[in-house]
Amino acid sequence: MSLERFINQAVSSWMSAEGPDSDIILSSRIRLARNISQFKFPILFSNDEAKSVIHKIKERVDDSSFTKLGNMELLLMDELQPLQKRVLMEKHLISPYLAENSSYGACLLSENEELSIMINEEDHIRIQCLFPGFQLLEALEMANEIDDWLEEKIDYAFDENIGYLTSCPTNVGTGLRASVMMHLPGLVLTQQINRIIPAINQLGLVVRGIYGEGSEALGNIFQVSNQLTLGKSEIDIVEDLKSVVSQLISQERSAREALEKTSNIQLEDRVFRSFGILSNSRIIESKEAARCLSDVRLGIDMGYLSDISKNILNELMILTQPGFLQQYAGGPLRPHERDIRRASLIRERLKMENQ
Amino acid sequence: MICQECNQRPATLHFTKIVNAEKAEYHLCEKCAQEKGDMFMLSGATGFSINNLLAGLLNMDPTVKKKEQDTFEEETILQCDQCSMTFQQFIKIGRFGCAHCYKAFEEQLKPILRRLHSGNSSHNGKIPARIGGSLHLKKNIEELKYQLKESISREEFEKAAEIRDEIRLLESQLNTNLEGGK
Repeated sequence: MSLERFINQAVSSWMSAEGPDSDIILSSRIRLARNISQFKFPILFSNDEAKSVIHKIKERVDDSSFTKLGNMELLLMDELQPLQKRVLMEKHLISPYLAENSSYGACLLSENEELSIMINEEDHIRIQCLFPGFQLLEALEMANEIDDWLEEKIDYAFDENIGYLTSCPTNVGTGLRASVMMHLPGLVLTQQINRIIPAINQLGLVVRGIYGEGSEALGNIFQVSNQLTLGKSEIDIVEDLKSVVSQLISQERSAREALEKTSNIQLEDRVFRSFGILSNSRIIESKEAARCLSDVRLGIDMGYLSDISKNILNELMILTQPGFLQQYAGGPLRPHERDIRRASLIRERLKMENQ
Repeated sequence: MICQECNQRPATLHFTKIVNAEKAEYHLCEKCAQEKGDMFMLSGATGFSINNLLAGLLNMDPTVKKKEQDTFEEETILQCDQCSMTFQQFIKIGRFGCAHCYKAFEEQLKPILRRLHSGNSSHNGKIPARIGGSLHLKKNIEELKYQLKESISREEFEKAAEIRDEIRLLESQLNTNLEGGK
């Protein structure tokens, strides 16, 4: 398969489209957790109940599909190859838990991949809307519409006092998790991020790197999300997150300005070195690739590099994950082979830019 | 701070060990801490999940401790009568078995929810349109009653009268709804 076709098939709208503030915010995500009142939660339910959950949702779709998003496709986890699941996971369309552990897990996916409804994950239903750029309110609106559409025919587990009932008490109430994926190289380079993260944690929000393990954030990509789900309304939760993220955006912008003023040539050097590595290397580990991609993206945003599309970071961060590399290669790869494959995929992708 | 073992990664775990009044401090990254393993009683590669943390949080709860003391009496075992999950099981896995668990463990749950959601224990957000029909009215009435109080305290009596009439209207609607529902 040619790389161009592969990418066209692989890239979801949130990776290629440009949203507001997309120089810093890669994507905005809203997730709603819901359960059906008549069934036990997925950790205890019987196989029959699990099948009924899928059946109920399939019925709802067949009855009157949510036409706004075009056709929706139902994917049953049991029928997918491990590699296909991994690719969905790397695109953030399904969770690792759904791919690995769920019994009778399924996923209802919209054509443009902005909406995915996970079925039989930790809760019966998890509605997820993933939008490019800074569009939390838009994503919330979409998630609410889907939620209402499902609720027309499905009885949710809901309690007057504590709201939507979820398997884990950390999600009870609104069942809402709102998050944004941010590229923050300026704050990392100026070493401000270590002071900022604890401050944000104190506000009831969570910051973590989404690639890499522990506290390390590969590619300077961070996820900020709400922790509380009970007591505040959906709109308040989202507005609170929005205001903190807006502050982070302006902090990042002023860090970039400061870098440009104080160490312009060093920064330019760094960007072009990374660009050199990406366009010439023959073997590249995911860590190094992530670091260089972050530099190149920063270089594009700050005007050192032109003629390269902005979405290169979003796209290649996803496409150079093990699952995608193996799908592109058409079979399993050993780690060392992956590094070679990764380097060649990046080189080819950069060549496409120059055409 | 850099990890004192590998001198490469930043130290994210800080331990203070006191043996025979001798104090020793360790600053390690996650990887080295895991390699040192037993020394710090860290579990295997998967590390600490939210559920472990949650389970720890629940265990500190006084209502739970009390339960442990009199587990001899079988009657006191707290169990959900729909999915037969016991409260002890819930504490272990941090997840409920069914929607009814929230009712079954209501008393024990209150302090836990407050701790998880910084003091909040009641829902203030969306209400499902269909099954929450009369609940919408109730919330509306509550909101109006609050407004009524406000306008009375501001001595805006005309406005208060309007709000009062609106409340009456909604209340009669609620009553017919409830009767119709049965």
